[in-house]
Amino acid sequence: MEKIYARTKGLRPDVVSGFCPGCMHSTVIKLIGEVLEEMNQMDNAVAVLGIGCCGLHMEYMSYDNVTAPHGRACAVATGIKRANSKSLVYTYQGDGDFASIGLGESVSAANRGENITVIFINNGIYGMTGGQMAPTTLLGMKASTAPKGRIAEEHGYPMHMCEILNQLTAPYYLERTSCNTPQNVLKTRKAIKKAFQNQLDGKGFSMVEIVTSCPTNWGLDTMKSLDYLNEKMLTEYPLGVIRDNG
Amino acid sequence: MERVFMKGCEAIAEAAVRAGCRFFAGYPITPQNEIPEYFSRRLPEVGGVFIQGESEVASINMVYGAASTGTRSMTSSSSPGISLKSEGISYCAAARIPMVYANVSRGGPGVGSIQPAQMDYLQATKASGNGGFKMMVFAPATVQEAVDMTFAAFDYADRDRNPVLILCDGVIGTMMEPVVMPEMKGDAEIAAIKDGKKSWAAIGHELDYAKRGWIQPGNWSTAVMQQGNEEAAAMYDNWQKNDVQVEQYKVEDAELVMVAYGISARIAKTVVDKYRADGKKVGLIRPITVNPFPYEAIENLNYGQVKTILDVEMSIPAQMLQDVSLAVKGRCPIETCLCSGGNIMKKEQVMDAVAKLI
Ligand SMILES: Cc1ncc(C[n+]2csc(CCOP(=O)(O)OP(=O)(O)O)c2C)c(N)n1
Ligand code: SF4
Repeated sequence: MEKIYARTKGLRPDVVSGFCPGCMHSTVIKLIGEVLEEMNQMDNAVAVLGIGCCGLHMEYMSYDNVTAPHGRACAVATGIKRANSKSLVYTYQGDGDFASIGLGESVSAANRGENITVIFINNGIYGMTGGQMAPTTLLGMKASTAPKGRIAEEHGYPMHMCEILNQLTAPYYLERTSCNTPQNVLKTRKAIKKAFQNQLDGKGFSMVEIVTSCPTNWGLDTMKSLDYLNEKMLTEYPLGVIRDNG
Repeated sequence: MERVFMKGCEAIAEAAVRAGCRFFAGYPITPQNEIPEYFSRRLPEVGGVFIQGESEVASINMVYGAASTGTRSMTSSSSPGISLKSEGISYCAAARIPMVYANVSRGGPGVGSIQPAQMDYLQATKASGNGGFKMMVFAPATVQEAVDMTFAAFDYADRDRNPVLILCDGVIGTMMEPVVMPEMKGDAEIAAIKDGKKSWAAIGHELDYAKRGWIQPGNWSTAVMQQGNEEAAAMYDNWQKNDVQVEQYKVEDAELVMVAYGISARIAKTVVDKYRADGKKVGLIRPITVNPFPYEAIENLNYGQVKTILDVEMSIPAQMLQDVSLAVKGRCPIETCLCSGGNIMKKEQVMDAVAKLI
């Protein structure tokens, strides 16, 4: 029989995923592995993992990776890429990591047009620490530190990182995708590939923001969290290409 | 070898370049701005990379990244900036990433004062970040020493896969002195040093889980974490056995022994000479590495002969005093001669302090 599908070589074959059931982190890391294989870059890739659930797979990634302090992945990636420009360097960060504690590093790296790729997982909440409010938390959405839900007067509004970075001149490519449907999974895959290719071509800063679910901390089962993502998250965070200088 | 007249900060940067440092990231703060400024001119000449980071936090993390590729890398700052870097320094120590940094320290807590002081001793030697890690800490007393220590620091960092700190005060950083620069390492030697780190560096590896470069500043397995901590502790013990550097100046017959490091030691030394000219038995122990601290040199003094130890520091409260006390073990009184806040230790103050004790 012909084998038409196999687990990406980017992840050890003998380890079970550390993510919660229904978590889209596992979809995205699979896509990244597949794209690296397809592009023949697995032996040239360096992943910079943020702190949070975005680092849960470090134990069983089969290629090079560095864990950055919380929020500093873009600075760490800057150092790696500038010191060794031939590497394909990408950061893998959650919304607390990229948009809250690491906002300065994120915006500054984008503003320098660093030739790196950011894979930004926007699930609207702090996953690993147990569902605290993130800069991306929707208005009204409950969080363990916003028991009445996010209130604009008190917490401000959800932050749109693609649009914020789109105010800068340097970024080359900014796209927001999701993994809520098979079509969107394929689109995400394409966007990741494009962002990596941009880096190999020396084009500068690319980011793919992926709107995902966190069933565990949203307090919803897998199916209901998909509904919430479709109805609420994607209304606040419309998908599409925000900038493509290619 | 040619002698050149150089400012401390610039001499440190040039020594680093000669040692093969090819990456520097830093953020402006007085009194060390000449370090990043010098690197910004110099590194492009040798194919290196300089980045002005958006903050100290970003800068140390850029260095963490660059050093993770096996590139000799450096950052520098002054006291509050060092505090901001401490998480990143701790990450480098945890992940066993070699890098070098300099602290041209300030006169107190908070923003402190920009004038020379030795107020960061305990931070430098005991807890430069969370988690109980330690570093070799060199304390230059002359610009020449700052040069030689910076040059050697990269070798120690690589040997141990650990950060190394050059702990300066504003006098060393801003003073101009004649120095002899070490010879520039050639491109082949620098490439060989980098090659030696290939097995662990984050530079991409052939696809094989066991061979991947995994820069891992901690571990979820308590057993692995403890093992890492034990290995680090064994390394710290080895430093104490093998790497202590200390200058003992006229201590053989001394009845009063001063202990001082960095610029304070230089002042104390002139005081020793003054009193020796009058036949007074005064000596000096100067820690050159403040970590590992030269406990043994102080411990092995003949306390039948030594009547008093005088701890001389530009720090109030005294900080090195804690280490001195550990070594003296109550066998003679320890007095202090202190100033702080950016006031440079005056020879007269030390003369008076000694006069009261002999
Ligand atoms: C300096 C620092 N502050 C706080 C933490 C605790 N912490 C760990 S993960 C995390 C939040 C992660 O949330 P997010 O970035 O959204 O990633 P997710 O877990 O959702 O993937 C926090 C606050 C830390 N590790 N380090
Ligand atoms: S807590 Fe949320 S983000 Fe983390 S693994 Fe579980 S579902 Fe995914």
